[in-house]
Amino acid sequence: MNAKNTVIIDHKEVELNGEKNILELTRKLGIDIPTFCYHSELSLYGACRMCVVEVEGRGIVASCSTPPTPGMKILTNSPRVQRVRKTVLELLLANHDRECTTCEKNGNCKLQELANRFGIKRIRFGERDVKLPIDDSGTSIVRDPNKCILCGDCVRMCAEVQGIGILDFSNRGAKVVVTPAFNKNFSEVECVNCGQCSAVCPTGALVVKSETEKAWAAIHDPEKFVVAQVAPAVRVALGEEFGLPAGEIVTGKVVAALKRLGFDKVFDTCIGADLTIMEETTEFIERLQKGEKLPQFTSCCPAWIKYAEHNEPELLKNLSSCRSPQQMFGSLVKKYWAKELGKDPKDIYVISIMPCTAKKFEAARPEFTTEGAPDVDLVLTTQELARMIRETGLLFDQLDIESFDTPFGFTTGAGVIFGATGGVSEAVLRAAHELVTGEAVEEVNFEAVRGFAGLKEATVEINGTKIKVAVVHGLGNAKKLLQDLKAGKADYQIIEVMACPGGCIGGAGQPISTDPEVKKERARGIYNADKLSQLRKSQDNPIVAKFYEKWLQKPNSHEAHEALHTNYSPRGRILGEDIQLLSSRRKHKVDVAVCVGTCCYLKGSYDTLKRFMEKAEEEGIKHRLNLHATFCLEGCETGPSVRINGEVVSGVTPDKADQVFAEIVEKLPENHRD
Amino acid sequence: MIDSKTKLCELRDKWQAAFENEKARILVCAGTGCVANGSLEVYEALKKEVEGYGDYVTVDLIIEENKSGVSVVKSGCHGFCEMGPLVRLEPSGVLYTRVKAEDAKEIVDALVNGKEPVERLLYHHPTTGEIYKEEHNIPFYKHQNRNSLGHCGVIDPEDIREYIANGGYQALGKVLTEMKPEEVCQEVIASGLRGRGGGGFPTGQKWEFTRIAKGDKKYVICNGDEGDPGAFMDRSVMEGDPHKVVEGMAIAGYAVGADEGYIYVRAEYPLAVNRLKIAIQAARNHGLLGENILGTGFNFDLKIKEGAGAFVCGEETALIASIEGKRGMPMPKPPFPAQSGLWGKPTLINNVETFANIPGIINKGAAWFKGFGTEKSAGTKTFAITGQVANTGLIEVPLGITLREILYEIGGGLRDGKKFKAVQIGGPSGGCLTEEHLDMPVDYDSLLSAGAMVGSGGLVFMDESTCMVEVARYFMTFTQNESCGKCVPCREGTKRMLEILERAVNGEGRPEDVETLEELALAVKDGSLCGLGKTAPNPVLSMLKYFKDEYIAHVVDKKCPAGACQALKGYSIDPEKCKGCSKCSKVCPVGAISGEIKKPFVIDADKCIKCGACVSSCPFKAIKEG
Repeated sequence: MNAKNTVIIDHKEVELNGEKNILELTRKLGIDIPTFCYHSELSLYGACRMCVVEVEGRGIVASCSTPPTPGMKILTNSPRVQRVRKTVLELLLANHDRECTTCEKNGNCKLQELANRFGIKRIRFGERDVKLPIDDSGTSIVRDPNKCILCGDCVRMCAEVQGIGILDFSNRGAKVVVTPAFNKNFSEVECVNCGQCSAVCPTGALVVKSETEKAWAAIHDPEKFVVAQVAPAVRVALGEEFGLPAGEIVTGKVVAALKRLGFDKVFDTCIGADLTIMEETTEFIERLQKGEKLPQFTSCCPAWIKYAEHNEPELLKNLSSCRSPQQMFGSLVKKYWAKELGKDPKDIYVISIMPCTAKKFEAARPEFTTEGAPDVDLVLTTQELARMIRETGLLFDQLDIESFDTPFGFTTGAGVIFGATGGVSEAVLRAAHELVTGEAVEEVNFEAVRGFAGLKEATVEINGTKIKVAVVHGLGNAKKLLQDLKAGKADYQIIEVMACPGGCIGGAGQPISTDPEVKKERARGIYNADKLSQLRKSQDNPIVAKFYEKWLQKPNSHEAHEALHTNYSPRGRILGEDIQLLSSRRKHKVDVAVCVGTCCYLKGSYDTLKRFMEKAEEEGIKHRLNLHATFCLEGCETGPSVRINGEVVSGVTPDKADQVFAEIVEKLPENHRD
Repeated sequence: MIDSKTKLCELRDKWQAAFENEKARILVCAGTGCVANGSLEVYEALKKEVEGYGDYVTVDLIIEENKSGVSVVKSGCHGFCEMGPLVRLEPSGVLYTRVKAEDAKEIVDALVNGKEPVERLLYHHPTTGEIYKEEHNIPFYKHQNRNSLGHCGVIDPEDIREYIANGGYQALGKVLTEMKPEEVCQEVIASGLRGRGGGGFPTGQKWEFTRIAKGDKKYVICNGDEGDPGAFMDRSVMEGDPHKVVEGMAIAGYAVGADEGYIYVRAEYPLAVNRLKIAIQAARNHGLLGENILGTGFNFDLKIKEGAGAFVCGEETALIASIEGKRGMPMPKPPFPAQSGLWGKPTLINNVETFANIPGIINKGAAWFKGFGTEKSAGTKTFAITGQVANTGLIEVPLGITLREILYEIGGGLRDGKKFKAVQIGGPSGGCLTEEHLDMPVDYDSLLSAGAMVGSGGLVFMDESTCMVEVARYFMTFTQNESCGKCVPCREGTKRMLEILERAVNGEGRPEDVETLEELALAVKDGSLCGLGKTAPNPVLSMLKYFKDEYIAHVVDKKCPAGACQALKGYSIDPEKCKGCSKCSKVCPVGAISGEIKKPFVIDADKCIKCGACVSSCPFKAIKEG
């Protein structure tokens, strides 16, 4: 018996301190055991087999899934260990599309890095034998299955952290692929474009869609007046791309760089955030007074909005109708500022610099346009901006700082903290009491909503009413909260949801990092920037006040509604997928589609469908029906929906199935009901 | 409803007496093999025939009215599948082989009228010509100890009363009334029983781990996902004696503290699924499953989960994932199922045959079980013997028996008197052994040290015409198709091993392949996540160990010594034998053969596509292959 709580690693005795696995222990000892599939925030998977070590008496084991036990003798670099690791790399490379030089992840790829680290110079096996189609159908993420090493990081990220699960494995053996349901493209499933899959992807299989060429084209187009807006989270992360520490505030350098790239004006999205606070807080106060549509959910996060549209149609009315800061900004520029400049909205080209991949989708939503021109023409992620800066050869860290242009350049600390989880709530709290009572709030720091806990709560009193605020980040946490809410286990008046863990600072457009400390540093940077701001509250922003005075009258006015608000509608989760159950070639037939999408399914549509099948059998009209199961008829609130010859009938619960079926029968000519 | 052990014993005695009262019974094998060969028609014909004699009475009536008569019953697999459809007569023990429906009249006539058995349907030894009347004297059966298969082919698996009459559920009654759970675990540990599904982990220890694991809810799972090509041991037990599995599981449930169990069977075993369903329902109806079993307060019930037939679902963590409705992919261990299994609860998971051994151990004691087999591999084990052996079928023998005994005494040697070359043990996870191993004892540890494994118990015997490189390629195709694709070594490594082996048999091998293949095989063995991947290179490694010359001949000399690989065949004309008739050049589809009439012809090896058409056309056997 080994009485000591130690293990021997590479012939050295090491004390154990409750490490979960050998990998964690070796990292503490300064040994970076390679791995593709181990992420502390995801469940244990154990598939890549790069992290193997040799344990005396047990042979080769995966260090990620083996807890160290006292007395264990571990070798982290024995010949057997080396053989497995090198073989794994060689096997992965053999099956990988090795177009490294033209790959989006070139220089940022884990597979490339490890192949280099292990000195793999020769692949003894054949080439990849299939070329699968690349999915670039979406606005935000490009999926190239030919570069996938099947580590499953994206699958677990999407399912476990984001609670969505649009990606999973299909097929067996060497034919396994990671794919959305039915081999659909991202644009045809309930992907919310959060991009977290690409943030964990170790290779170029999932990458942010690069649109830098479009940006260059606009900049170089003499007809275009190119305007940038920079989101708060960008200024504490862009420096990482140029060797500066995470969290360092580089706002002035970002502005300088954008001007040097050729942007005509460089503005701050935070002003959109301040506007959002004015609108959203006013909206909340109104709902609170009327006691309706509560809790109010924030609507700044486009991935959350799309998630709600796909999965929570009944809650859409509870979402704040406010557009996001990005879209408020774009709308003001195109609707009002363009007029002041005497320009056609089409000639002003708004480029957002965002930490976010879902913003690309948001900007492309058809409702966000002015006179046919998109309010935001292009969204670049922090990563893409970094590439553009590198392309020009600018030495970012040596740039002299510059200030944002007017009029969209002056912001408050409240706008800046939008970049971290809890920030929107904190900004609302800084405003709410004052907007109701007119009394200024002294305490502006609401520590309870800061930090990285999955669910944060705060209770504040506004004019004598207790307001309960909940903050969640990561859609998986949001999903849990919604379940509790529906089960009556939770009660809040304001709920902030940010799709990405950590909020926008953890967006998938940010510089790639798997180190959890990086997000913490960025958050620290955000709160430092807030602290350094002259003004900390949105309602104090004089420029915002001027906008109301000049253009918008007052928060939630008709003008404000036109320019700054929007509405939402349910979305199907899987597009264009019908399952044909009965098909008829007869001339006289009825086409019936039963929705088996989530909402309708939960209301019993599957039983309705089964009943239809039975009735078709009973009445002997099976051969007269085209019967399909379909995924969404977008009548989620009034489901189960059934489409009969193109006409959607609502509320066809199983008990009404027979009655509706009779209507179907009536559509057939009398003499054809044989 | 049987609500006490006393009642169980009463019923056993009653039904036993009833069955003994039968004049005779005709058991028709209704295992999958015999059914495929038409045994159900045989059954119908026999039934009709007996009815014609007027004293056909169903088993039901015999029991209820204590009538005496002749009954015709469908039984589980007798094991001697090679000779099916099989018909066995009780109590005489006569075994008829390859019976057809039209033989029914003769069989019944001989039985009812006390005549000698129908000689032409009896087993004739293929080499000695000796005729065997009774089943137990046939060499195939004589060297076996059928314990877990004891009821297979003897009782009607769809009638719980037959099982009870033969001592069924007595072991369950014993543990519930006389033993504490820890004593049950101790008894199983003492028996030395090791997992029959492949790994050979000591069963009792697994039970004890699960018993001491903390948890308000525990599960017992029976792994019936038998998937090795050519293996059908578990299927035969489930089809032939389903109650034994049910009883074994209920005992396990009591021992480990579980009240719920799952039997995971592949959907490709419809007969097994059906018989298990019947058995579970009958056990429930008789109070042997459900609540308060035998009035002891013990609750236990079973569910069947049909699998989609993925080989990897035989791996316990993948199987559990499959029951949970997830994709069947293994998870890293620890945690072991005994700590955190089905739905995160402590779970005992054993193979079908393992459970089928339990009632015997409980009834007759650990010492009885240990009386079979060797010190470290106790008991008997079922094997499916296939390949180029004379008597294919299902056997049960004590562990420690030699391969020679299995091959020659039971299997009857190789077909057509060919020479033995190798035997593949343990299916795609096992390895092949050679002549030098024929006298090695077949037990867990000896096989492992020789580079093979007991596995689930498939034995494929191969003669001299088998190409060992091709065998390795065949198994590699299987594992590659069945890999779940989760871990890199198994998913990509088996693909590349297969690629290298395919090159070899297609005559495209490269000299450096020898080293690459071996290195790759060792990395896959070391690096894979689950047992499937870790054992996938075994056929390759054992081929490289025992038949390296044959492999080198493929990749270096581009020759297949066994003459089996089409691409490596070469054709030449023996000038001594060739009469210059030109027949061969006429049939050659590519014009590769030329020559002058009445002088020896020649084959142009560059043009030859190795179709072999010339060989059959030559009246003088002048064309040589190889």
